[in-house]
Amino acid sequence: MAIVEIGGLIKKFGNFTALNGVDLCVNQGEIYGFIGPNGAGKTTTLRIMLGILKATSGSVKIFGKDAWKDAVEIHKKTAYVPGEVNLWPNLTGGEVIDFFTRLRGSPNEKRKNELIERFQLDPSKKCRTYSKGNRQKVALIAAFASDAELYVLDEPTSGLDPLMENMFRRCVSRAKEEGKSVLLSSHILSEVEKLCDKVSIIRKGKIMESGPLEELRHLTSTRMTIETKRPVENPESVKGIHDIEIKGNTLSFLVDTEDLDGVLKQIVPYGIAKLESAPPTLEDLFMRHYKEDGDPS
Amino acid sequence: MMSNRFAGTSFLIGSLLRKNRIKIPIWILSIAFSVIFFGKLIPDMYTTGVDRQIMAETMKNPAVTVMLGPGYGLDNYNNGAMMAHFMLLFAAVASGMMGILLTLPHTREDEEDGRTEMIRSLPVGSSSSLTAAISVSALSQLVLMLFVGWGLYFLKLEGMDFSGSMLYGACLGAVGIFFSALTGLFAQLMSNTRATSGASFVFLITAYIVRGIGDVSSEALSLISPLGLILRSQVYVKNRWYPVWITLALSLALFAVSLYLCSVRDLGAGFIATKPGRSKASKLLTGPFGLSFRLLRTPFLAWAVGMFALGAAYGSVLGDLEGFIESSELVRQMIPEQEGLSMTEGFIALIIAVLSILGAVPVLMFTLKLRNEEKKNRTEALLSNAVSRRGVLGGYLLVALLMSVTVQIMSALGLWSAAVAVMEEAVSLKTLITAALVHVPAIWLMSGLSLLLVGFFPNRTGFIWLYLTYAFFVIYMGDMLKLPEWTYRLSPFGYVPMIHADEINFVTLLLLTFIAALFMFLGFIGYERRDLEG
Repeated sequence: MAIVEIGGLIKKFGNFTALNGVDLCVNQGEIYGFIGPNGAGKTTTLRIMLGILKATSGSVKIFGKDAWKDAVEIHKKTAYVPGEVNLWPNLTGGEVIDFFTRLRGSPNEKRKNELIERFQLDPSKKCRTYSKGNRQKVALIAAFASDAELYVLDEPTSGLDPLMENMFRRCVSRAKEEGKSVLLSSHILSEVEKLCDKVSIIRKGKIMESGPLEELRHLTSTRMTIETKRPVENPESVKGIHDIEIKGNTLSFLVDTEDLDGVLKQIVPYGIAKLESAPPTLEDLFMRHYKEDGDPS
Repeated sequence: MMSNRFAGTSFLIGSLLRKNRIKIPIWILSIAFSVIFFGKLIPDMYTTGVDRQIMAETMKNPAVTVMLGPGYGLDNYNNGAMMAHFMLLFAAVASGMMGILLTLPHTREDEEDGRTEMIRSLPVGSSSSLTAAISVSALSQLVLMLFVGWGLYFLKLEGMDFSGSMLYGACLGAVGIFFSALTGLFAQLMSNTRATSGASFVFLITAYIVRGIGDVSSEALSLISPLGLILRSQVYVKNRWYPVWITLALSLALFAVSLYLCSVRDLGAGFIATKPGRSKASKLLTGPFGLSFRLLRTPFLAWAVGMFALGAAYGSVLGDLEGFIESSELVRQMIPEQEGLSMTEGFIALIIAVLSILGAVPVLMFTLKLRNEEKKNRTEALLSNAVSRRGVLGGYLLVALLMSVTVQIMSALGLWSAAVAVMEEAVSLKTLITAALVHVPAIWLMSGLSLLLVGFFPNRTGFIWLYLTYAFFVIYMGDMLKLPEWTYRLSPFGYVPMIHADEINFVTLLLLTFIAALFMFLGFIGYERRDLEG
């Protein structure tokens, strides 16, 4: 069942086109990664999903409802953590958490206390004294303490330490176990790789690539490092390999997935002493898209 | 060691001047221009000696003294004496505000937002930021002084000589420097921006009130207030410089204390610490109204108390006013009695009108609060919860409307309680409260206009303050400047009936309320339809 359905979404700010036909579909129980460089349109997309901005054209449906018109209904089952968490300086963290969970209409006192303890937050401090990481914790606790069906998270871990990041991943995994859906926008590709089932890459307001992580991997190359008994003659002539580095008998190269079979057949005759293969990382995938236009971001 | 503490100060001064290259000239020019322009008007307003003498007699009125300060040189009420009497106090309050608002951003605000930390990581001394901020503010006041001094002198008016004009400028500069140094001190004591600006403005308002009470009752009380002290310079009449020197010496002392406190405290810390708050929200914090009330609770109470005090300050002169009118046959002849309106009643009506416009300030602040929240990126997280835009906007509007009724009742109560103490035949509380409440629809109209701006022109909300300043100016100065009728009609407050004079005109009041409601309705529509910034 589709929780989020975005089709042909266009958003213009005056003459500037921020989103130029975004399509996205998050199904129930999925953890969906939304990645892209700064200014690509991630936050704009999320804000339109939340009814903060109005789409110029296209359809944005969440739980089958219109994101702009039925915002309040949708928000009853949605929890959001903004990228830049700004809180009221003269309220305490505890007050903000209570207020947010009450507004959403599903406060869960037990879970809230558990999260406060796990994230090691002092809820009696005024928000003005919190660091960026602590403000983020307040927003995360408020989000995960309520019984939402959909979690929209905009770079939620940018201020957290590794221990807290780990805690965050456990919260997301638990949400998934409970059958909830998560849309995670992030820069941290390793995080997306660890957590997400599906990924969309956005660039200059357009989705470049979408699908399950496994499928996307096929679109890119694998790095192989092979130590042979005799040096490989003319490695440049082997079809389908590039980025070659030679160190004595060790050959390191990138190979396109569809050429893997042919390449190995040509190298095996030289005798294999050692073979290492690194699967394509999301970073390779990401960089590939941004390098294509000679515009690495 | 000593020089290390101030390393890089001159560089910081340069960068602050560059950063404020628009703001500082705007402050200086708008204050200097208003003062000089006012000076230019005076000879046209009062052409004959008889005119001036009539004015001088009315100026002996204690109610006027409370508003404008003591009149010096009333026996020879020339351009200079009028200029000093009408405008020096207001201009001094304005330069005091300028001092506060130029110092605050580069002391506690920079520190709270983490900019001071970045500057301190450079080869810059621990006292350099504070010194630079105060220096830039003081420098601006110096330029203001020269502008005002030369400007007034070049009007070449009789009674406004060079030394008097320079003293006029120096008075404004000294008050501005004093409030800069004071804000610098509060920035050390308080641990956050809000408390710093709050303390500075409360001090300014208190200085104004204490002076007002002092001017009609006790000279010593007036001298305690920096505003009262500076008026004792008797510009253009006796030209005394000692108040300027004392004010500057006090400023220097405040600055020295701030430097000491700055050197013994940690970055980011204050001396008046914030207590830990409650770790759970109270039962009231459940919806948008709960939030807006919780956020505005402190200013709400402060304004309620402040308006009561201001009402009482004005009310305290009513006794003297009766005596003043009885004592002078001349005054009674000169001031044509308006129909059904005694002079005392006329003054009460004026005071209530002035208090109402001041009372509109918090109402507009509260109405615009949501726009401020939006600028600070706080509405995004709020509206991602199950709460409608209508509800959030309505929450702030409701507190604002509540404030409008509260300030009116509080200032009427203040006025009444003082009047009872000093008047032989006190005005009835009911009359005063009614007189105050008839202004409420006009305040609502201003609030509705603000809401309209929030909905459709969120980047132009500052306009409402210009409009309110206009309304204030017309009511406060209109009689003295002999402004034509239509200038009153341009502000909603010009339509409010004078309670003693007219029968309450319910049609006008209903019409004002209706227009206010219409503006509010449109404002809601605009806010629900537009993109939010954050």
